[in-house]
Amino acid sequence: MSDATASRAGRRLLDNGRQTRAMRWVMAVMLFLTVLAGALGLGTWSAVAGLDSQLAGRMTVQLLGATDPAVRAVVDAVQQVPGVRAVRAVPRAEMAALLQPWLGDAGLDADLPIPVVIDIDVAGDTGSVGDAVTARVGALAPDARIDRAARWLGPVRSFIVSLAWLAGALVVLMATATASIALLTARSGLDTHRDTINVLHMLGSTDVQVSRLFQRRIALDTLVGGAVGTVAAAGAIALISARVQALDAVLVSGVALGPVDWLLLAALPLLFTGLAMLFARVAILAALRRTL
Amino acid sequence: MATIVQFENVGLRYGTGPETLSDVSFSLGAGSFYFLTGASGAGKTSLLKLLYLAQRPTRGMIRLFGEDAVTLPRARLPGFRRRIGVVFQDFRLVPHLSAADNVALPLRVSGVPESDVEAPVREMLAWVGLSDRAHARPATLSGGEQQRIAIARAVIGRPEMLVADEPTGNVDPAMAERLLHLFDSLNRLGTTVVVATHDLQLINRIAGAHMMRIEQGRLSDPTGSLRFPPRDA
Repeated sequence: MSDATASRAGRRLLDNGRQTRAMRWVMAVMLFLTVLAGALGLGTWSAVAGLDSQLAGRMTVQLLGATDPAVRAVVDAVQQVPGVRAVRAVPRAEMAALLQPWLGDAGLDADLPIPVVIDIDVAGDTGSVGDAVTARVGALAPDARIDRAARWLGPVRSFIVSLAWLAGALVVLMATATASIALLTARSGLDTHRDTINVLHMLGSTDVQVSRLFQRRIALDTLVGGAVGTVAAAGAIALISARVQALDAVLVSGVALGPVDWLLLAALPLLFTGLAMLFARVAILAALRRTL
Repeated sequence: MATIVQFENVGLRYGTGPETLSDVSFSLGAGSFYFLTGASGAGKTSLLKLLYLAQRPTRGMIRLFGEDAVTLPRARLPGFRRRIGVVFQDFRLVPHLSAADNVALPLRVSGVPESDVEAPVREMLAWVGLSDRAHARPATLSGGEQQRIAIARAVIGRPEMLVADEPTGNVDPAMAERLLHLFDSLNRLGTTVVVATHDLQLINRIAGAHMMRIEQGRLSDPTGSLRFPPRDA
């Protein structure tokens, strides 16, 4: 009704306990799934960003059987390439330590032909700078093996990006489903309360006033159900995050939610409430326009 | 006396059926009291529906409050309906609301502040003798009590025109007379009253009331006052 019927009397006009409870549970489930999908999307997106910033600008040169002067020559040459931020030859002791889990103490054997590894940190991506580094290393050590992290991480990155898009699509699908539920609930409410609405019309209610009654009810159900679903999903996400952190794996450690991500997830019930209200209003006004 | 309602050759047909109302023409003077009589199925309720804008005619012209009601845009209907109080034959009380909240509905629909709702509602409930039933739901009220709540709801907004469909159909003769006096006192305050009834005895109890008789969808004008409303009514 008008602002005055924001009163308890106005709210009771469409009182229907059982339908309300059902709607709230449906919204709780919808928001639970949506927040999980949203968290997956935001988490994987941050993982992609992490990969891009930490690994994509990295190159590795392997020199087999190279002498120290030869290694130093390569390091000096690479440092001259514009766009290269840092170059470091990994000490043999460090390499042996890295290999120990696979080779055991045999990795410490001085006769074992462990390649010298040179880590190169490039500003931005490794496109043109990588080509220059490859040319410079190739001129000094034709047998050198050069790996660009971005190249072998490409399929991984692509997979993670696909996951992020899939999560985004799921959120959109859930939003569409929520809008449809709001639409159906509003239509079914119109049927249920047809007599009351007729009376209200005869007393001089406008369509907008009638629509507000439904909007308010659907908004309340979506908000309450959505809050329950969001809190439950947040708990599940926190649990999963703790498990992921415990894995201590490089690739999954980037899948983390920052404060902004949490804020976005917390805004989902509000967003869905607005969406449900909008669709309820459209449905009610369209249906009422067909009456006198 | 100004004309508040004017019908010219009005016809009403539901779907593809025969005409329920045919060539209905009359005028109602503002501030007058009218009885609409006729047998069941004669078209009383259909005529009232046209009066309170629940239906549009299939032909003819209706002027209400000086404006063409046939082509009135839908968006303007609420404003017109707020000027008309309706007592429905089947009461149409909202079952979830208390008697007091049902009576308060027209005020709330009109946007009257909540602080200004309680006093008139209490006054109206006292007027119809149901102060002690203010919190009762319609389902717990008798037919007569529901009817009185419906009447209180119809008049609380001080409408310019009151349309009542068989308002005394469910009450005993004493209550019927009492309700009629309520309508009469409202009429004396300037409200045009149209009461549909098949109880001819009621008609003689309101001095100066006019009678409209409808038979098989056609209106007769026994007092001759419908075409030309009396100036001193």
